[in-house]
Amino acid sequence: MAGSGLARSCLVTVERPGLLTTVQDAGRPGLAHLGVPRSGALDPAAHRLANRLVGNPETSPVLETTLDGVTLRFSGPAAVAVTGAVAPLRLDGRHVGWGVPVLVRPGQVLDLGRATSGVRCYLAVSGGFAPPGVLGSVATDLLSGLGPPPLAAGQTLPVGAASGYPAPVDLAPYGIPSGEVELPIHRGPRDSWLTSAGRSTLTTAAFTVATASNRIGLRLAGASVGQAARGELPSEGLVWGAIQVLPDGGLVIFLADHPTTGGYPVIAVVDPAGFSACAQAAPGTTVRFHTVHSDGRARDGPSRRGG
Amino acid sequence: MGRSALLVELGDLADVLSLHAEIERRRALGWAPSLTDVIPAARTILLDGVTDRAAIEQDLRGWTVPPAAVRDGPVVEIPCSYTGPDLAAVAAAWRVSEREAALTHARAEYRVAFCGFAPGFAYLTGLREELAVSRRPSPRTAVPPGSVGLAGTYTGVYPRSSPGGWQIIGSTGACLWDPGKEPPALLTPGTRVRFVDVT
Repeated sequence: MAGSGLARSCLVTVERPGLLTTVQDAGRPGLAHLGVPRSGALDPAAHRLANRLVGNPETSPVLETTLDGVTLRFSGPAAVAVTGAVAPLRLDGRHVGWGVPVLVRPGQVLDLGRATSGVRCYLAVSGGFAPPGVLGSVATDLLSGLGPPPLAAGQTLPVGAASGYPAPVDLAPYGIPSGEVELPIHRGPRDSWLTSAGRSTLTTAAFTVATASNRIGLRLAGASVGQAARGELPSEGLVWGAIQVLPDGGLVIFLADHPTTGGYPVIAVVDPAGFSACAQAAPGTTVRFHTVHSDGRARDGPSRRGG
Repeated sequence: MGRSALLVELGDLADVLSLHAEIERRRALGWAPSLTDVIPAARTILLDGVTDRAAIEQDLRGWTVPPAAVRDGPVVEIPCSYTGPDLAAVAAAWRVSEREAALTHARAEYRVAFCGFAPGFAYLTGLREELAVSRRPSPRTAVPPGSVGLAGTYTGVYPRSSPGGWQIIGSTGACLWDPGKEPPALLTPGTRVRFVDVT
């Protein structure tokens, strides 16, 4: 296949937008002091892999789907690849590969179905999606409303000119967690706000992802993490992965669209190695935490599940 | 804070503003180029994108930080209807009637200390220490745009619907964030603010 064939212009028409499908790139780092969230692909590893498979720069804009996929019609030739959540992929009704580059001819319809494992699929197209951006990014930020609105039926998406060749692979291994999720965390900075029982509960109890979860954060139900009575903390900066404890003992793990500051104590932070698992944890998923050193080595002994 | 961020704890807001000015001055000269975000807040500065934690900690300890100059920004008037769902709770905490609570809030003069939380959200100082109120025990999942809220001695206005744990005492029709304007935020650090009671 010649690269020049993919350089022809291509428009993508949305036939079925799915539950929540947004354009995502690497977001808007560097503007947090203005209250602008970082945003960007919630599963950064899957985002980069999808782009590599179609020969794009790693941070090119892709589509991020939520649970039930998306259906697109292509006006021109393109290479596409789907990573992230595992879901059936059909081209004009015929099954095609997940996690590999797929060549689409003009007029063909690509249907990405309901995720069988995980939550968010990443659909990259050679050349990348090219909607208008704001503050240096085309990412849709659900907290602040920056970026284009989620996809709607009938809308068209421009595609940029392909800059590279699709990767000639048959399989790109990518781990999708199934069942229980174990997240590596770094304690602090405010773990002294927990009771000693609360500190222990954090790494021994099983939590459950609540339905109120979204791109802003994962709400966790189940065990309550006891907070020592210490008054109130003034608002302070937050990072992706920050775990806040609410006054009722509930936990929130902040994700890409998190507010840039917050006032409830951050008692631990999920290591970036756990970001993909957070993005792919569906409501009802069991979550456990284990403490790691700053270099990523496990710190808890084998007794961490003893509680 | 996690593998790649550092939370610097300071004595008060004045110390924060001074160290923040010094950090930005040195960043402009090439200090700590891996940093992606520097977020000043009430008593802390968060440095995100830290690769060499030990070197940054050593630098911060070694600096002599001059006090930051207080700039007098423009005055912005924000019309406020004091009819928020938490006005009664705030009035009770202040041991006054709801009407008196509204007047007390509208009488104070405010200044933007720093921005954060969401685009266009500014943390306003100006309420006296004894009027500090606590946040709600559980945040609301959606606070309407224009909501005027209190947390501690800070006042803030929600630019758009978002989750929020502040005590909502009123609402305004003022546009806090317009990406088509430069700057997009109505309230930027140093801006002086008055709330005009239109209840």
